Amino acid sequence: MSTSHTVRVTPRGGESAKRPPHHAPGRRRLITALIFMAPALVLLGVLVAYPVVYSLWRSMFDASGVNFIGGQNYVTMFTDPATFISIRNNIIWVIVAPVTCTVLGLIFAVLMNRIKWATAFKLIVFMPMAISMVASGVIFRTLFQEDPNLGAVNAGLVAVHDAFSPGASYPGARPGSDSTLTVASDGEIQSQATVAVGSVQNFPLVGLQTSTLPGTAKPAVAAETPAANQITGTVWLDFVPGGGGTPGTIGDGKMGLPGVTVEVVDTHGAVVASAVAADDGTYTINSPTSSGSYIVTLPASNFSQGYSGISWLGPTLVTAVIILSYVWIWAGFSMVMIASGLSAMDISLQEAARVDGANEWQVFRRITAPLLMPVLIVVFITLIINVLKIFDLVYVIPPGSSLPDATVIAVQLWTVSFGGGNDQGLGSALAILLLVLVLPFMIINVRRFKMEREQ
Amino acid sequence: MKSTYRRQVLIATAVTGAFAMALAGCSSGSTPAPSSAGSSAPASAAPPDLSGVTLNVAADWSGAEQTNFEAVLKQFTAETGATVNYTSYGSNVATTLNTKITGGDPPDVAVIPQPGLLDSLAKAGSLIELSPETLASVQANYSKDWVDLGSVDGKAYGVWFKGSNKSTVWYNTNVYTNAGATEPKTWDDFTAQLKKVADSGVYGLSIGADVGWPLTDWFENVFLRSAGADDYDALTAHTMAWTDPKVIDALTQLGTLWGDKTIVQPGGAQRTFGDSVTEVFGSPAKAGTVYEGDFVAGNITSQTKSVVGTDAKFYDFPSVNNSGPAVVGGGNAAIQLKDNKGAAALMTYLASPEAATIWVKLGGFTSPNKLVDMSAYPDDTSKQIAESLINAETFRFDMSDQAPSAFGGTPGAGEWKILLDFYSNPTDVQGTAQALEKAAVEAYGK
Repeated sequence: MSTSHTVRVTPRGGESAKRPPHHAPGRRRLITALIFMAPALVLLGVLVAYPVVYSLWRSMFDASGVNFIGGQNYVTMFTDPATFISIRNNIIWVIVAPVTCTVLGLIFAVLMNRIKWATAFKLIVFMPMAISMVASGVIFRTLFQEDPNLGAVNAGLVAVHDAFSPGASYPGARPGSDSTLTVASDGEIQSQATVAVGSVQNFPLVGLQTSTLPGTAKPAVAAETPAANQITGTVWLDFVPGGGGTPGTIGDGKMGLPGVTVEVVDTHGAVVASAVAADDGTYTINSPTSSGSYIVTLPASNFSQGYSGISWLGPTLVTAVIILSYVWIWAGFSMVMIASGLSAMDISLQEAARVDGANEWQVFRRITAPLLMPVLIVVFITLIINVLKIFDLVYVIPPGSSLPDATVIAVQLWTVSFGGGNDQGLGSALAILLLVLVLPFMIINVRRFKMEREQ
Repeated sequence: MKSTYRRQVLIATAVTGAFAMALAGCSSGSTPAPSSAGSSAPASAAPPDLSGVTLNVAADWSGAEQTNFEAVLKQFTAETGATVNYTSYGSNVATTLNTKITGGDPPDVAVIPQPGLLDSLAKAGSLIELSPETLASVQANYSKDWVDLGSVDGKAYGVWFKGSNKSTVWYNTNVYTNAGATEPKTWDDFTAQLKKVADSGVYGLSIGADVGWPLTDWFENVFLRSAGADDYDALTAHTMAWTDPKVIDALTQLGTLWGDKTIVQPGGAQRTFGDSVTEVFGSPAKAGTVYEGDFVAGNITSQTKSVVGTDAKFYDFPSVNNSGPAVVGGGNAAIQLKDNKGAAALMTYLASPEAATIWVKLGGFTSPNKLVDMSAYPDDTSKQIAESLINAETFRFDMSDQAPSAFGGTPGAGEWKILLDFYSNPTDVQGTAQALEKAAVEAYGK
């Protein structure tokens, strides 16, 4: 290249002939360049430089924009707990999300080189990129709802859990508000006082829908008079549809609760005998002793509400869920970038390594990864910049109660300045912070581009 | 100043489509009454001849609400000959209106949803005082609370054309019938009935705390009843501290209810408000009762198969310590921004029962105007909403909507966040009151 260049230039006039007119075309060229650059410069000035300078200026003023308060907004930023949480969360994001995306993208891209149906697989992984961030947010919010009837993830967890340990037969049943029965802290329903052998202990319960009773349930009846060594009683649903009936008494079509386990517990808390209620709710327990008194209980296992999944969108896990949704979207991006880097690579090096006896891991470690490094860094830095600015997902996914725990700088920026806070001074200060955080990565990126061009 | 009205937007979206359409459906066939329907109304002199006059009117209504409001304006045109152009300012009325005023081109009349905006515009001298005819009509047709709400420093500026009732407790009639529960009148009876519902195996109450705004409405209703209107105003203006014993009382009362695990459906802190309506009126119903304003009717119709008026009814927010009928609500006030005969005539017209009746018949509308004939409401539920609003001894505008938005209108901050924390931890009354006071001091700047 360079030789042909010299060859073309020299015959025209040589060094001395070229020098005199050098200045004039230089200046003219500068003017021409300026004219061509002017539209871009004006746009950059109006859309980038001016807003940055104005934000910096505005960040020195209070909410009203009238009073100069110097760096006060910057102090508030780090002392106000809400804003500080957003900064903390941004740090978590930057540490976790870009690495995960890049690593996943790398794995996908490398493996993709080896499977059939690679295009179909690539398409699926890349697909989330085609969905708007807000829509993805809505999808993830719905998936991770706490109520298993609404959120698919918890529905799956509950289904798996129930397959291994089925729930209680009467979840939520409890004594009525004017009942003498007591509920222990673990949910066990107990007779108020000890019950003497040879007497009756009834259990009127409420809080169950009649429609959920088992088909075998029959109207409750009073238990038979106990023999001297027995304790008897009835467990029934003390509720008449439409109201009415006397609380605590059997009748009016109140139904027995078949299958409830009843236990007799001695004063040391040890279970001495137990029975299961019949279809009409009656039970009979033969006491090991013919006298004495015991506490009669309905163990909590009859009534426990059952497993209801994990509070994914609660304060502790919400950021993890949002990052997961981000990874779901952006892993496709890094995969495509890295795959294009792979396909541009000269495979003869890898083949040579293989011929020399390197195993696949060594090929990857020593040949593929180093050659991919420029692409990996571009992907990584792009993701860092992207993650620092994250807004949509964090705005959409958390329910109101965990929004303060999930917030990031961009969301906080919007909230304090436009989302109700009306403090554009603090908002501007946050914007400047975001700029300062993004800047180093921008510089690295620009440097890299430059270096690549020089090569 | 409030420029961002997230709350207003939420409500507006909920109301616009569904409620208006649902109720309008019931009244299909009834066309706007022809003119001279209300010749018996006081202070309604013969309408002036305004042929050739063009008036610009702006409000936040769009869609079905815009169509209905235009029907109201059309009648004015028919009576006076004036041409009226309506522009929708969308949800951000405050900003748009302020921009127009600064630009020297305000509309002749605007209908705004915020008393705070009315206040600031009046103080800035942008508003024209009500003409003597309009004032007479307003004083005759509206209760004192509404007149006061439209007045600044003793001068009347606003005509509250539309009102809303946020003191309505909605319940699933099937659940209540099954449980043998009845409509309560007092707070104690309220909790007793909720317990009855809970005993039937369905939770008594579903709360969708959402980003926090439904909780502010809960608090405002309890506080207005337990502390009274004067203290309500004082707290609204933040001349009363949030650590006042009366605030503590109201919070304690709320905390006792919210903390009752047998009554309140679990998971409320993460539930959106819309979902809480579905929990109550969906199939199967998981809870019996949900509290919020009259717009819940719209949620019920659009989200569930329950029918408002048969499956879904409401009762007034229960009285606390024998308090009289009180309503916390909202509304839209007409204000005059240009001093001309046409604008003044339009204000007089909007204050008349005839104007309100046109929209009342079209549905999805509650008028605070006492002289509107109750039989004009297209169905029993909307009539009941209006009756509660008109018959209330006390009406107060939603407190959080009047507070600086950093306190009463920001997700994740101020009252919304603090009440959400309180909802999750309802025994921490003192801590909540202190946090509210601290946030209020910052937001009010005093």
